[in-house]
Amino acid sequence: MPREAARKGGVRILDAVKMYGAEGSGVLAVDHCTFDVPAGEITVVVGPSGCGKTTLLNAIAGFHSLSSGSIYLDEEMLCGPGRLKAAPGPDRIVVFQNGALFPWKTNIDNVAFGPIMQGLMRRRHAYEKARQMMADAGLRGIENNYPGEISSGVRRRVEIVRALMTDPKILLLDEPYRALDSLTKSVMHEALLEIFYRNRVTIFFITHDLEEAIFLGHRVVIMTTRPCRPKKILDIDIPHPRDYSVLTTRRFREFMDETAAAVHEEAIKAFDAGEKER
Amino acid sequence: MSESELAVDMAPNVTSWALTRHRFSEWLKSPRPYLMLIGFAGFLGFWYLSVEVWKLPRFAEMPGPTQVLREWFSPDPTYGLSVFVEEYYLHIWVSTRRIAIAFFLATAIGVPLGLLLGWSVRFKQYVFPVFEFLRPVPPLAWVPLAIVMFQGSETPVIFLTFLASFYATALNTMLGVESIDVSYIRAASCLGAKRWQVFRHVIVPGALPFIFTGLQISVGVAWFSLVAGEMVSGQYGLGYVINTSYTMVRYPTIVIGMVTLGIVGYVTSAAIRFLGNSMMQWRVRELALGGDR
Repeated sequence: MPREAARKGGVRILDAVKMYGAEGSGVLAVDHCTFDVPAGEITVVVGPSGCGKTTLLNAIAGFHSLSSGSIYLDEEMLCGPGRLKAAPGPDRIVVFQNGALFPWKTNIDNVAFGPIMQGLMRRRHAYEKARQMMADAGLRGIENNYPGEISSGVRRRVEIVRALMTDPKILLLDEPYRALDSLTKSVMHEALLEIFYRNRVTIFFITHDLEEAIFLGHRVVIMTTRPCRPKKILDIDIPHPRDYSVLTTRRFREFMDETAAAVHEEAIKAFDAGEKER
Repeated sequence: MSESELAVDMAPNVTSWALTRHRFSEWLKSPRPYLMLIGFAGFLGFWYLSVEVWKLPRFAEMPGPTQVLREWFSPDPTYGLSVFVEEYYLHIWVSTRRIAIAFFLATAIGVPLGLLLGWSVRFKQYVFPVFEFLRPVPPLAWVPLAIVMFQGSETPVIFLTFLASFYATALNTMLGVESIDVSYIRAASCLGAKRWQVFRHVIVPGALPFIFTGLQISVGVAWFSLVAGEMVSGQYGLGYVINTSYTMVRYPTIVIGMVTLGIVGYVTSAAIRFLGNSMMQWRVRELALGGDR
């Protein structure tokens, strides 16, 4: 399964515009955004809080409509002229900022939820696969616990396993590690990369943490503050597989130096504009 | 493979009963029960002294605690009602039965209505204004119409009891649905759940904590309006006991009725709390870990 998945999940965003509120008086959240998310790679979008990057993710996921422009998934139009809101679907699974494991279901019930809802597998097979996937991700032993009983870092990992159960084309991660402390975060990064190497699923990752972006991404898209538009797109040529030793390499520092100024500039603009934390 | 998961798998065996037992033994070890006893002793002591010893001006007519206790546990009560009299249990039974019917109806109608109100914006736009208009009308104001609308003495009382319960249940259920984080609904539809699957797997369980809060309130207000209803009509029930004892000048019996109401009311709400805990294991276990996430 991992091999052919490598060619799936490329997203092309073409001239996307999102305006909130009434025409004219509205707030422009996304301003003529165009960039590619290459299939089988990790693309990280970095921008100040509230810049509109989540709006873009919501448009790909099908939670919000675009005002104009179009988004393609593997050459297939998700939304565009004539249909400005994509339909949510199991080919694009979101991992939410605050986590969205159902607290009333046990971890394994959560993981097996997707295939059962989609009628893809018999219950027994779904649970077998869920058990296997959790074991592969080092999550054995917590199957019958509820999400409220495990740490938030482990919850995030369970949520990613849940997302991978039905082989989505692309994972959409919306600042998934925002609420974690930096030690947990570093463990989570390596765990995410490990999952990525095993599954080769395309990942679209949103963050405001530049170091996280460069460490994880094949491609880093730095956004301007609201309205958001790519300010700088970098291809990070640090070879994969990566681990934490990358952080101390010269190449990594060079990327940091190259981008820090751009990000900082946007952060100041965002601050001056009195943007609220979103 | 599944047999080898020992360490963490112990936790799922925490049942609400085990938790209740654990909490009870912790409670006995803390100073709380003893402080509570002192509180009760203070209250009863004040009652005793002011009524039976000092005979304070406004208290002289009141039944004292020893008088009430003697009457309550007397095989041959002066005013006709004690734990040895069959009629006492008949009153309790009649009131409890009315509560049970009214509460059952309020839940059976209130929960689905609340779910619909929270789930469908269109439905809410039709129904909610009417609901909000009727809700502030106190059950007692319904007494005349209830008597006109329903035959006999039983149905009007049940109707009055039902009303307040119904509002509490429906409103809390609606708020429960509205309190659900939109991320859960989005996650479910991302994972391929259809609309009714989202309803069954996200909306209903997500609203459950609020629903049970509603049921707790509901059973409380049911007793409120039951007693009011029973004072107006009927030949049995604890509200009836209190009211007739007043007109017949059987003061200790009034207090027996009041205390009995307190006990039975407490038992019903504890039963609902217990039911809620056993239906929401995830919450019980989350709270057992001391987290309120």
